[in-house]
Amino acid sequence: MDIINVTVDNKPVVVRKGTTILEAAKSIGIKIPTLCHMKLDDLSIENKPGGCRICVVEVKGRRNLAPACCTEATDGMEISTHSIRAINARRTVMELILSDHPSDCLVCAKSGNCELQDMAHQLGIREIHYKGEQSTYREDTSPAIIRELNKCILCRRCEMMCNEVQTVGVLSAINRGFESVVSPAFEMNLDHSVCTYCGQCVAVCPTGALTEVDHTGAVVRALADPTKTVIVQTAPAVRAALGEEFEMEPGTLVTGKLVAALRRLGFDYVFDTDFGADLTIMEEGTELLNRLTRHIQGDPTVKLPILTSCCPAWVKFFEHQFPDMKDIPSTARSPQQMFGSIAKSYFAEKLGIKREDLVVVSIMPCVAKKYECGRDEFAVDGNPDVDFAITTRELAALIKVSNIQFRLLPNEDFDNPLGESTGAAVIFGTTGGVIEAAVRTAYELHTGKDLPRIDFTELRGMEGLRSAVIDFNGLPIHIGIAHGLGNARKLLEEIRSGKSHFHAIEIMSCPGGCIGGGGQPYHHGNAEVLKKRQMAIYREDANKAIRKSHENPYIQKLYEEYLGHPMSEKAHHLLHTVYFDRKH
Amino acid sequence: MNKITSLADLKKMKDQVQNRLKMRENSDAVETLVQIKVGMATCGIASGAKDTMNFFVEETSHQAIDAVVTQTGCMGFCYAEPTVEVTLPGKEPVVFGHVDKAKAREIIDRYIIKGELVDGMIPMNFKTIHD
Amino acid sequence: MSEYNMQILICGGTGCKASESEEIRNAFTELLNEYGLEEEVQVVMTGCFGFCEKGPIVKMMPDNTFYVHVTPADTEEIIKEHIVKGRQVERLLYRDPVTKTVIHDSKHMDFYKKQIRIALRNCGFIDPESIDEYIARDGYQALGTCLTERTPEQVIDEIKRSGLRGRGGGGFPTGLKWEITAKVPGDQKYVVCNADEGDPGAFMDRSILEGDPHSVIEAMAINGYCTGATKGLVYIRAEYPLAIARLKIALRQAREYGLLGTDILGSGFDFDIEIRYGAGAFVCGEETALIHSMEGCRGEPTFKPPFPSESGFLGKPTNVNNVETYANIPVIINKGADWFCTIGSEKSKGTKVFALAGKINNVGLIEVPMGTTLREVIYDIGGGIRGGKKFKAVQTGGPSGGLLTTEFLDTPIDYDNLTAAGSMMGSGGMIVMDEDDCMVAIAKFYLGFTVEESCGKCAPCRIGNKRLYEILERITEGKGTMEDIDRLQLLGNVIKDASLCGLGQTSPNPVLSSLKHFRNEYLAHVRDQSCPAGQCKALVKYTVIEDKCTGCTLCFRNCPVGAITGEKREVHFIDQSLCIKCGVCFDKCKFGAILVS
Repeated sequence: MDIINVTVDNKPVVVRKGTTILEAAKSIGIKIPTLCHMKLDDLSIENKPGGCRICVVEVKGRRNLAPACCTEATDGMEISTHSIRAINARRTVMELILSDHPSDCLVCAKSGNCELQDMAHQLGIREIHYKGEQSTYREDTSPAIIRELNKCILCRRCEMMCNEVQTVGVLSAINRGFESVVSPAFEMNLDHSVCTYCGQCVAVCPTGALTEVDHTGAVVRALADPTKTVIVQTAPAVRAALGEEFEMEPGTLVTGKLVAALRRLGFDYVFDTDFGADLTIMEEGTELLNRLTRHIQGDPTVKLPILTSCCPAWVKFFEHQFPDMKDIPSTARSPQQMFGSIAKSYFAEKLGIKREDLVVVSIMPCVAKKYECGRDEFAVDGNPDVDFAITTRELAALIKVSNIQFRLLPNEDFDNPLGESTGAAVIFGTTGGVIEAAVRTAYELHTGKDLPRIDFTELRGMEGLRSAVIDFNGLPIHIGIAHGLGNARKLLEEIRSGKSHFHAIEIMSCPGGCIGGGGQPYHHGNAEVLKKRQMAIYREDANKAIRKSHENPYIQKLYEEYLGHPMSEKAHHLLHTVYFDRKH
Repeated sequence: MNKITSLADLKKMKDQVQNRLKMRENSDAVETLVQIKVGMATCGIASGAKDTMNFFVEETSHQAIDAVVTQTGCMGFCYAEPTVEVTLPGKEPVVFGHVDKAKAREIIDRYIIKGELVDGMIPMNFKTIHD
Repeated sequence: MSEYNMQILICGGTGCKASESEEIRNAFTELLNEYGLEEEVQVVMTGCFGFCEKGPIVKMMPDNTFYVHVTPADTEEIIKEHIVKGRQVERLLYRDPVTKTVIHDSKHMDFYKKQIRIALRNCGFIDPESIDEYIARDGYQALGTCLTERTPEQVIDEIKRSGLRGRGGGGFPTGLKWEITAKVPGDQKYVVCNADEGDPGAFMDRSILEGDPHSVIEAMAINGYCTGATKGLVYIRAEYPLAIARLKIALRQAREYGLLGTDILGSGFDFDIEIRYGAGAFVCGEETALIHSMEGCRGEPTFKPPFPSESGFLGKPTNVNNVETYANIPVIINKGADWFCTIGSEKSKGTKVFALAGKINNVGLIEVPMGTTLREVIYDIGGGIRGGKKFKAVQTGGPSGGLLTTEFLDTPIDYDNLTAAGSMMGSGGMIVMDEDDCMVAIAKFYLGFTVEESCGKCAPCRIGNKRLYEILERITEGKGTMEDIDRLQLLGNVIKDASLCGLGQTSPNPVLSSLKHFRNEYLAHVRDQSCPAGQCKALVKYTVIEDKCTGCTLCFRNCPVGAITGEKREVHFIDQSLCIKCGVCFDKCKFGAILVS
């Protein structure tokens, strides 16, 4: 019998066997408060350690209270979600958690977005009856992420993301009892660990324990400096999510308002990382075709599959975990870095200013981009190609601080020449997008024919691992797609053991791709938000006049005027990179 | 070392090694067994009590008699050494004097096994040496 | 094999070893060679005799003489007197604490009289490093019988009928557990022995593994046969080096004899055992935490279901039993469930091993039939309270249990009675307290243990117990309020109700049960600012009784902090602001002139 009958708060409900009390209650509209629990449907991501004990409910005949998030409903179960006993326990537990939490909410980075704060409010906590020792830990600052563990409530979401989803294995609970805390091994600093800075821990942290390093102050100082020309690039995924910070529906595209806001913030030129993305396709697509042709011609030295290299967390991941395979990913820099490199060479020359006087700011859905732009190889004489990378959230904060009424802004267009982009670049923002963009260009370059269709729906979706075969005019090209580093690991291990049959693989660190990046507005465990952002990205692509990177007129012009052709020596110098063995 | 490959093997093995623990098993249930106490003070040893004792140990084991052979101090019958006290289950203790090997054999064969009286008993007015 | 005339059994348990029993053994061996007696006298090192209070213990066979507190220096006298001359060394014999008479045989000691040894049957009797001695005591017969003459179902049925319940504390019917694991389908199943004994003052499992490791190995193999598991794992704390060493020897011997490995006793059944080391976390006694620890993960519990029998080690069906539970199995198979059922009480069959500790005369390891009363354990076996003091309470079930006061002295000990009395069986720790023990301080002690040992996973246990502890700290320092007492109750109940695992759900028990039985002591600390037992230093006040003080200056000279002033032959004075309440003045004063209040 797969169907069971239970009652929740005296309401009968029929659910499938294996349903938790939490889900059973939810199915009839009863929301049981949860804190540590988090579930991203369709992404197979769930955190339910049963640790916070906020979701306890009373079950008739049971000795103790049951955690709703991880107790299966059984036939005939009588559940009370709001008995005095349950509410008393819930509130007491909440008071206990708060008794070991700093009460500096007013100035906390997470204020207004804090799930703990919301829960305290929901449970009507007005006094904390338990006072005593509070945990104190040193703050750990890395190039991208700040760990302020005094605020950690041991929900273990970050640990689950780091270990189960990303298989990076940096964060785990250490010490025991009251001294328990989530930390890298031996309490080392994050920047000494193998952390990839994917930021998924930040994305799921319910409190202010994990946040991104705030670079908005530095950006404001640059904007205020009259000697500097400050330009900005914004990543594709930002436009599909920024609206959420201004109470707009998830999935609202705010490209025009975003440009307007940036202009009002005082940026001299508002450009688009999508330009860099189109450039990436030119280089990476050419590299793919190059390797493919050599492979077909029987060159034994050629390495296939080619792996995308736009995601900085992914790059750091394989540098740590698979350094033996560092010659497999494409050598193409990420769109952010291609943009920065071109901005500080080609564009600076156009403006006739020194690169030191040009400040490049990027708006990213990502915290790893902060780390990427600081990598030594992306600087010339100590001057970085990209000076500051700030997240979608930081930009939203900056707009709010600057008293810009975002919702009232007109739609404006990007500046030229580095603001022109194609639909192929836009879809970089979601899983499957980079490889689809590459296919659009590689197909036409390889076959010399126009694409019969532009939408490769077989490459789209939310499954963690996907594959498709694309017919390159009789040549079947095997494509693999992974998002989430745990999924990437599976593909890499296949390659290492010689079992991979793919020609090209796209890898994104974050579940959903950049739309689910660690720097995006918090999804608070709602997977629908990610899906709506993904739909918005494809909508933006469909609305673009030009949808293939090689057709971007400003890209064509850049090659004509400056770079010559893809993979040229100059292109190699400015747009490609090398990888390092970080294991040894 | 040979492996034990069947339950029968294991039982055989048990029979072989059981002797090792016999002394301990027996001393745990001494009331139900034949108790033989050999006087082993200087006087006893000088008169050959050690040989007597060894003989009792070996012979009871050899004849598979459930007996506990212990040594004890001087019983006060130094003229009659070696002296041996034998207690059959449920019976009063009996002390024998001048127990050499031949006498020991007689005690085992006749008194312990058959319950017959044997010459050389020393009249006693106490129950056992320890009381 | 040559016949020995005598055997010297020396306790080789951890306690006696710590008191030089190894040296005693060596001394005996050397001296026997010197005296030319090595052919006649055998020296055997056994497991624990149980009477640890009196260790090191040396037993002489066949006359069964029981020597206590033996030192290496005593060995020569034992050989000269006992072995050569047949005279007992009287000064080393046990003396009855009440009648003061000498008792030379352990059978006549009150400590042993009421014990029935099933799990401990071989401890202190055989050489745990000799598989032959185990086999001589019917060892591996039960395994042989099961493998060749019975089906797994029949064996499980036997265990079910015996009524054996888990000895680790939970009291879950063992046969039922086996049956569930047997029924869950799985390509690979595991048998786990929980040897992560962690209660303060408990050493039942350690002693069994030290004294009779083969009984556990045999039982695990039987379990493997019943459940369909081919791999066994013993999870043992690394701080039990002797138990580990003995277990390793036993495993090696069992493999050499083919009693572990492939095709055991020609039955086609394969089984082997590995050892996994724990780092000594109390919570790893909880079976899911134990399994995570064995997997190399952080030792913390996860919610059940799924139970280990469905999804345990590496996600495979796993049967977890405690050491003592396993030690009972071979006997049940050999002697039958019916025999086992004759021992014990209605709902709790067989015996239970307890580690007696605290303010009791006979500290040690005992095994009594279920249904024995606390009074029998404490007064008959335990020899009563040390120093003739008054019994106050006994803590069973370790830090998870509760206090049992005088009103429960005649309660028969079994799972259900102890639970009904507000405590629990636990794994067998039994700590006796007397009138000098402050119950608030005792509750604080146990809670301190829990706070240390909490894994930190769930909030009520991680933070709640810390706060409970802080409240108790305040109360024992005289800073508590009446509200604090209510808080203890309220918070304690929530921790019980909302914690994730057994550790958290039982952690407030010492507090709640002392509140229930000794509320007055709490009130005294808060309201009267006094500790009735005089244990809470912050509440104790030392003053000079002017009439009695002779001005001898002894207290003045001994006070470590210079809190005492006074001229020679004049009344002295204690400055309360400086006094650290060490009690030296009280101890030193020859005139009883220091008042403790």
